[in-house]
Amino acid sequence: MLLSIKDLRVDFRLGERGDITRVPAVAGVSFDIPEDTTVALVGESGSGKSVTAMSILNLLPENAERTGVIEYQGRDLLKASLPDLQQLRGKEIACVFQDPMTSLNPVFSVGQQMAEPLRRHLNVGRRAAIDRAEALLAEVGIPEPKRRLASYPHELSGGQQQRVMIAMALACEPKLLIADEPTTALDVTIQRQILELIARLQERHRMSVLFISHDLGVVGEIADHVVVMRQGVVREQGPVARIFQAPRDAYTKALLACRPSAGHTSARLPVIDDHIEGKVPTRAAKPKDPNAPVLLRVRALAKSFFLREGVFGKREFKAVRNVNFDLRRGHTLGVVGESGSGKTTMGLTLLRLHEPTAGEVLFDGRNLLAMNEHERQTMRRRIQIVFQNPYASLNPRFTIGQTLLEPMAIHGIGADTAERERRALELLGKVGLDAAAFGKYPHEFSGGQRQRIAIARCLTLDPEVLVLDEAVSALDVSVQAQVLNLLKDLQDDLGLAYVFISHDLGVVRFVSDEILVMKDGEVVEQASAQQILAAPAQEYTRRLLGAIPRGYQEAAPA
Amino acid sequence: MTAVLPIDRSVLRRSEGVWRTAWRRFRGDRVGMVSLLIVAAFLLLIAASATGVVARHWQAEVGVPNAPPTFLGPRPPEDLGTIEVPKGPNVDLSDVDPLAPRYKEWSERAAQMKTTEAVRADTLPFGGDRLGRDVLSKAIKGTEVSVFVGVLASVLATLIGTLFGAAAGFFGQRVNDFLEWVYNVFTAVPDILLIFAFAAVFGRGIGTVVLILGLTGWAGVYRQVRAEFIKHRNREYVRAAEAIGASMSSRMFRHILPNVSHVILVRMSLLVVGFIKFEVILSYLGLGVPVDQVSWGTMLAEAQSELILGYWWQLAAATVFMALFVTAFSLMADAWRDALDPKLRGAE
Repeated sequence: MLLSIKDLRVDFRLGERGDITRVPAVAGVSFDIPEDTTVALVGESGSGKSVTAMSILNLLPENAERTGVIEYQGRDLLKASLPDLQQLRGKEIACVFQDPMTSLNPVFSVGQQMAEPLRRHLNVGRRAAIDRAEALLAEVGIPEPKRRLASYPHELSGGQQQRVMIAMALACEPKLLIADEPTTALDVTIQRQILELIARLQERHRMSVLFISHDLGVVGEIADHVVVMRQGVVREQGPVARIFQAPRDAYTKALLACRPSAGHTSARLPVIDDHIEGKVPTRAAKPKDPNAPVLLRVRALAKSFFLREGVFGKREFKAVRNVNFDLRRGHTLGVVGESGSGKTTMGLTLLRLHEPTAGEVLFDGRNLLAMNEHERQTMRRRIQIVFQNPYASLNPRFTIGQTLLEPMAIHGIGADTAERERRALELLGKVGLDAAAFGKYPHEFSGGQRQRIAIARCLTLDPEVLVLDEAVSALDVSVQAQVLNLLKDLQDDLGLAYVFISHDLGVVRFVSDEILVMKDGEVVEQASAQQILAAPAQEYTRRLLGAIPRGYQEAAPA
Repeated sequence: MTAVLPIDRSVLRRSEGVWRTAWRRFRGDRVGMVSLLIVAAFLLLIAASATGVVARHWQAEVGVPNAPPTFLGPRPPEDLGTIEVPKGPNVDLSDVDPLAPRYKEWSERAAQMKTTEAVRADTLPFGGDRLGRDVLSKAIKGTEVSVFVGVLASVLATLIGTLFGAAAGFFGQRVNDFLEWVYNVFTAVPDILLIFAFAAVFGRGIGTVVLILGLTGWAGVYRQVRAEFIKHRNREYVRAAEAIGASMSSRMFRHILPNVSHVILVRMSLLVVGFIKFEVILSYLGLGVPVDQVSWGTMLAEAQSELILGYWWQLAAATVFMALFVTAFSLMADAWRDALDPKLRGAE
């Protein structure tokens, strides 16, 4: 046994002087990591999975208090002194973190950063360290490793940065690699490459990997052993096949059921709490009317940014080129693409939050882009947007009430404040929040609740079209399911049309009637959802589909 | 849906806002609370002196010139080195004195006048100045003027800086280019030179000092507010406000401004400290408050010549008052920053 954790508890001390409270983050976790295996820790945010992993090397903030036993090759790491731990860090146990952009130091070149741990732990000279760094970069599949040694982090793409991080972690041939959500910040196609890389390296170096993720689909592909955590305790652990084929714990079952998967037929996604209680989503899908009136017609939409070059020079960067689509009342248009494909820019252009360079957007037969200020203001009511990050899209200094009343006051909806307040409370009920939310500030809500508030804010204006810009991407799987269900309910009740922008094809195919696949600002494929799934015409679409984590598959080669 | 339902007003109650939370956090800071109390005491003192409750007669010459502080005791009488006054009765000169017949008339007229020779104190609590004015009263009156100048000038500078910074940060492009140009020109000229130039144009007076400091001190606020506005301009909540049709000014001042107000507040309190010191320098150089008024700066300027003669108390009084207020104010500003921006401390 390489590492074994027994009854680990981690409390965070909060407050100063006198009134100190302890918040438990991990409440008695035990599991083992055998040699030469991949163990996955799965859980939603706040389940304590990262805290558990970080307590192995004591990379926790100072106010954390750990008790229990973490035995690494016969030594208790909880009792180890700081110099002892520093000997282990990087050499025996290495870490890869979620965001490669912030994990790399922007002012040092890749070569300098890679050479440092080599020289410290292996006691080799500068020359030898650089040679080793080059070999490592070649191993993690970075083209032209010699040239890349002199590059700075910002010159690399996200995927390459993560490869560099992995190469640094591998530098001293660690026995255990802790990977904390290493692919969460990356696109699906890059995610696939990184997963394959980790699996290959694990096999070649015969090391153990502790893989932390919120995504069961990813875990199923890479892990040998799965530990499911919730609220600081282990709910279930076992070999990956058993967890996926015969989950015993209600929570694990629910997690598996909540993922929108290819074979999903029901109109609503099951929600974790319902699933645990044994409720089945009953609401049937409302059939879509294929002849519903066209609300939004977009023709040859283009948006360019001009970058300054030299003193007078300008360089045109075409962010969006030649986008055409029709959106019918009550229908959903899915827009998929990797980051940088122009999908968000396209969404913002629809609302004229970006001024388009060319093309026309016909809303109910009238060109949105040719309107004057006054007409635009009235049109704003009818097309609204929900942003990706629920933590940033609400004004932190406004109460929820103020947030909801403001748009109504601007557009003169409701006769007086009392009537607007009544309407705001009604909408809060509609998105599943209780009236007590009215006087609270955004920081008092979780991510999913904030996204509901953002949706309620749009609804205050009775819009006909909602642009959902990665609206569920930042949410946990179970919360994602709740918000998606809410969106479906609202669509059925109010006949809303959605432009659903996401990088996650798994979610897009669940909600959409028609799908637009974008790459480098251009639409590469445009077809109905069934058609795209059944018979993708483009190579790029096939790659996107192939990159979706499928979870554990018996026949699939590991 | 159309039925008018009475709403339960209690659910609309707001929960603790940002400022209340900050105040709760501030109260936990012992150094901050003590400095707040000191600043509050100073403000009370200023209010009392402005309404004339204390230090109304700061110009009255109540002591002997350069009266020492009470705890030092009266100055020993000096040996003036004059010849001794002869003893014995006065010699009668009335038969040869041509003015003798008029002495009676004059003494009658003199009896009609009344002269009161005020008894001048030998010592004063904090000592007296060159004219025998009470240093303590002067220091209190000086506090009023100095703090008034500091606060008003920093409000003016903050106002200018915030408006310019908000415009430059929010609109960007041409507006930003123009304001950056103004900023660069302003900061390229040495501060003291700029102040002299303004002082020469506007003449002396408290209003002038406020104007000078306000017009020269906005650059720091401008840069910071501009940076904050650039940061917030593209935040999603501002975009969301644009999407619901909020106007330009509403986005600038209703949405963004409250979110950067803590930065401005702290910056302003730091300016107060800086401006008080600048006022002292200006007055010391003779460009500050007029001669019929007193500030810490004029006291220090007077102290320069007194110090050579060994009269140190005016310098001490002005220094103690100023050091106490400035230190307390700075510590209070620090505590406010901690309380308003917990991220800085890593507390939350």
